[in-house]
Amino acid sequence: MKEVTQTIDTVVNGEAMQCEVPVRMHLTDFLRESLDLTGSHLGCEHGVCGACQVMVDGEVVRGCLTLAVQADGKRVDTIEGLSEQGVLAQLQAAFLQHNALQCGFCSAGMLLSALELVREQPQATREAIREHISGNYCRCTGYQAIVDAIESVLQGKFAPASEART
Amino acid sequence: MKASAFGYTKANDLAHALALLTEHGPTAQVLAGGQSLLPMMNLRLAAPEWLIDINGLSDLADISDAGDAIRIGAMTRHRTLQTDPLVAKHVPLLAQAVPYVAHAAIRNRGTMGGSLALADPAAEYPAVALAWGATMVLASASGERRVAAKDFFVDLYQTARQPHELLVAVEFAKTRPTQRSAFTELAQRHGDYAMAGLALTLQVKANIASEVRVVPLALGSKPELLAPVMACLEGQALTAARVQAAQAAIDEAVEAQGDTHANAATKRHLTRVLLGRALQQVMETA
Repeated sequence: MKEVTQTIDTVVNGEAMQCEVPVRMHLTDFLRESLDLTGSHLGCEHGVCGACQVMVDGEVVRGCLTLAVQADGKRVDTIEGLSEQGVLAQLQAAFLQHNALQCGFCSAGMLLSALELVREQPQATREAIREHISGNYCRCTGYQAIVDAIESVLQGKFAPASEART
Repeated sequence: MKASAFGYTKANDLAHALALLTEHGPTAQVLAGGQSLLPMMNLRLAAPEWLIDINGLSDLADISDAGDAIRIGAMTRHRTLQTDPLVAKHVPLLAQAVPYVAHAAIRNRGTMGGSLALADPAAEYPAVALAWGATMVLASASGERRVAAKDFFVDLYQTARQPHELLVAVEFAKTRPTQRSAFTELAQRHGDYAMAGLALTLQVKANIASEVRVVPLALGSKPELLAPVMACLEGQALTAARVQAAQAAIDEAVEAQGDTHANAATKRHLTRVLLGRALQQVMETA
């Protein structure tokens, strides 16, 4: 079958753009291959590992289970764009401090899951943290350090009101 | 892997979606949340020629009180179901099942209608819909028809939906004061596909069970009522001995199919354990 393309209007990390994309291309391929935003990774490409996660209109989604053409009219935020904002920077610092990453392959997706948790469940227990990151595989750390890092941000100076949901 | 090539149209409204289904019919797939369809396409287990994207149909994402029933639009996301007050109050079995559905990022996208229309025997909603006796609302260019859950699930990934039809909503009767329900599931990782699971609903009056409905997950090729277990409990007092008898009845009820997680004997055993837990929950709240 012939490759079909469509033109999309989207805002990626705050930058409005118009692009022509093959309709069968998923969002993470579009970000990595067309825009050189290689922070989100491709592990399994069938929704199991969570390494591909990005935000679409403020919600964390699997980039490999979202078509690029579905970003038409939407706002996409990747780890590259979000790193400049307060809570994610805190989480990144906490991940470093707690050795919550080794190879770093899962970190972009893991950090976005953590960001959503901190925004939506600021009172989350360790059990709730584990449940919320249960869709993100890490093959290095054994998760303990990741839970420690997220918990440290939840218990720290984080004030939900200080950050608008973007 | 990457999906093979396909055509794509985003439907503007319901009429447009139904016209597209009439035009493309059997060669098309409806793209709802895409959390099962897109993995199947990436793995090339599915290769539809056309995708009809219904994510723009916001009126299908509504949960409403329809008098005796709660009507849930097919595009309602798992995330919404999890916190919806109408669902929590009137369809407790569904509210009990939602936390087991997939992982957070997938719950942000996946939909009620997508899960029911796919009819995966390891999925939560088909079992809940059958146990609760829900009604599917199917629309096509020529009108609407309603199909009871017991007639909707035909076989593995097969439903009574015709290629030109769209599942637009599902209706769950409101729970009654004497009704009790429980949902239990086992998975290797929270949110993964069930190794075993169980949806249970019944009426309890003076500790006597009636209208018992039990549907296991991940045992056969489609969600099915566990008739011998239901017969064993119907009209009986809920006692420890009766629970044991019901657990024993699973062996005659189930033609279990093993999979990569567990063989048939293990699945039957796990289902027995889950039935015990579900009945225990019911007895504690009755």
